[in-house]
Amino acid sequence: MAVITIREALNQALREELQRDERVFLMGEEVAAYQGAYKVTKGLLEEFGPKRVIDTPITELGFAGLGVGAAMVGLRPIVEFMTWNFSILATDQIINSAAKMLYMSGGQYNIPMVFRGPGGSAFQVSSQHSQALESWYAYFPGIKVVMPSTPADAKGLLKSAIRDDDPVIFIEQERMYGNKGEVPDDKDFTIPLGVADVKREGTDATIVARSLMVPLALKAADELEKLGVSCEVIDPRTIRPLDIGAIIKSVKKTNRVVITEESHPFCGVAGEIAAQINERAFDYLDAPVKRLSGEDVPMPYAKNLENLAIPNVEQIVAAVKEVAYV
Amino acid sequence: MATEVMMPKLSPTMEEGQLSRWLKKEGDRVSMGEPLAEIDTDKATMEMQALSSGVLRKILIKEGESAPLGQLIAIIGEPDEDISAIEGKAAASPAKKESAPEPAPSEGSTSSEAASSETAAPAVTKSEDNGRQGEVVESSTSDRLIVSPLAARMAAEAGIDLRTLAGSGPGGRIIKRDIEAAMSTIGSKGAPAATTTPKLRVVQPTQKAAVAGASAFHDEPVSVMRKTIANRLVTSIGPVPHFFLTTEIEMDRAVEMRQSIKSLDPDLKISINDIIIKVAAAALLQHPQVNASYQDKAVRYYEQADIGVAVAIEEGLITPVVRAANQKSLSEIAQEVRDLAERARARKLTPEEYTGASFSISNLGMFGIDEFTAIINPPEAAILAVGSVTAKPVVRDDQIVVRQIMRVTMSCDHRVIDGATGAKFLQTFKKILENPLYLVV
Repeated sequence: MAVITIREALNQALREELQRDERVFLMGEEVAAYQGAYKVTKGLLEEFGPKRVIDTPITELGFAGLGVGAAMVGLRPIVEFMTWNFSILATDQIINSAAKMLYMSGGQYNIPMVFRGPGGSAFQVSSQHSQALESWYAYFPGIKVVMPSTPADAKGLLKSAIRDDDPVIFIEQERMYGNKGEVPDDKDFTIPLGVADVKREGTDATIVARSLMVPLALKAADELEKLGVSCEVIDPRTIRPLDIGAIIKSVKKTNRVVITEESHPFCGVAGEIAAQINERAFDYLDAPVKRLSGEDVPMPYAKNLENLAIPNVEQIVAAVKEVAYV
Repeated sequence: MATEVMMPKLSPTMEEGQLSRWLKKEGDRVSMGEPLAEIDTDKATMEMQALSSGVLRKILIKEGESAPLGQLIAIIGEPDEDISAIEGKAAASPAKKESAPEPAPSEGSTSSEAASSETAAPAVTKSEDNGRQGEVVESSTSDRLIVSPLAARMAAEAGIDLRTLAGSGPGGRIIKRDIEAAMSTIGSKGAPAATTTPKLRVVQPTQKAAVAGASAFHDEPVSVMRKTIANRLVTSIGPVPHFFLTTEIEMDRAVEMRQSIKSLDPDLKISINDIIIKVAAAALLQHPQVNASYQDKAVRYYEQADIGVAVAIEEGLITPVVRAANQKSLSEIAQEVRDLAERARARKLTPEEYTGASFSISNLGMFGIDEFTAIINPPEAAILAVGSVTAKPVVRDDQIVVRQIMRVTMSCDHRVIDGATGAKFLQTFKKILENPLYLVV
């Protein structure tokens, strides 16, 4: 297996799917000539030409709608948002068109399309450019939401998302493009949507982490191991549909849960997971379900404040100690 | 993270505790499980253990002061941690004014950070766990049980009475490890059959008691008639409807037996009360309806006779329990009663030693009392009040003769024991005590 970055893994997935199915095409701001603001689309214009790799104007609502129309007539568009912050302009097309088309057309039009791009916090790009929007999109029926945390997951899940017949929100973490990991060489390597991954097995507490929080949770688990607390780290990978079964199975084993996320706490994904654990595994809980979310403030610009706004390894360790009564 | 040390529940009936002695002083390092203080409960002096590690930052009640269950009595934290928010909470508590902490201890807070967070405190009361919801952990002063869902389920499955446990979690929450500890004390994982929901009128299998060494029992659902009797009588006379049965017992043979044992071996110090305990245990085994307890939805029948013996101590009264008195010899009972009574007077009994009797005996004979009535110690179903042994003229075979006479009065819980049931028990008790040879045949 090759060791590559998440950026390269995503690039491979796009290339392989563009090669595999000529209905697949890619569009977005700077995806072609500039090869992507984050170089995820490197080399794709050269290989597939301007009909399949298309630079758009700065018109998120317009090209998102164009993608929905293309999907309705049988193409399989991949729409890149330079960051998910800009998708806010396109939400009418994503929510009112893409998510609801299958339902409102009485099953006549499915929308096989992927909206992708970097999300979450970056480094000092302040409040308007450091947002984790997964709970927004996961809120709506008719749409799938995927958040990979490793190169292998990024590649396998993006390929599945492109092959999926429903609209998929694919959120890459802006800070994680350079993270490296092993990725299988097989061209048909895919990871099914809606299946969680146990990143580390343990017996005393479960840490549910996604995206940026996964490497932090694994580090926290190493620290906790030294204190004699064995943590299981579960990455749902797909926020919707959520693999709640895997989480419940783990909670029944460990009896304690910490859910960590970089997004805001209120109406967040951690809140949803906590509610479902409460409904399905109440009698297995030895401690209240603990959420560890990003601060309930707009992301500050100042570096020291930015660091304080996102959960860190120490806080995850403290949260686990709290639920495990250590 | 700073943790609050609350007045713990150290006995099943404890409502407040008096701080007898701090074993650590402010600034001392403590580790989890280490003894922190000695607390006088309503029954005994118990050690309180630290439930977290750190430095004992603040002591909030002085030795000799009392606090209700759940009241904040100390703070454990890191040496330089800002604990003013928790202290403020303690000061706000109306229970104790005299020990309100002086504002903001200056020892640890070297930086201006601490000061600034204090000035911010009134606006947003941030709890220590980076509490975005801004709530402060509620300290429960009621005796409501706080149990994790898992612990509650485990206790139900193992037949453990949660009220007998002291929780080691925050605020006294009973958690998984407390149940595991209790289960290992019992030495049993609990019969798996007990997990199924009992059907009406189905007798549950024998269960182990929560207190180590206490009698096993089985519960039988309360019949409609029994329930009606219970409800009617309670309405009439309070939670435990007492009635009283008195009989006169000729003690000549028992006194003679005691003398014979003494002449056999002067070191064997058997009292009349020891013989009464032994005889009561033997009679209880023959009358299981009396060796029972009213449990609201079931009548609980015990398998062995765990006899509570009332012992007067300086501050009041306590009833240490002679477990399985039916299986013990007279000398064993005598030895055990002496030991329990001594330690009761020294207030060194553990809760296991004074809870969970199936029947009690109160003897005021040594005070020259001829007869009296005793109050039942719930949830037991009866108590036997024993008077003095006195030489009296009685009529035997139409002749007036002198006999050693003792009067006993049994108080019965009418919800469990009816008049005839109690009378039959007393008949047996009298028969054996008048002819102690029955103990060996």
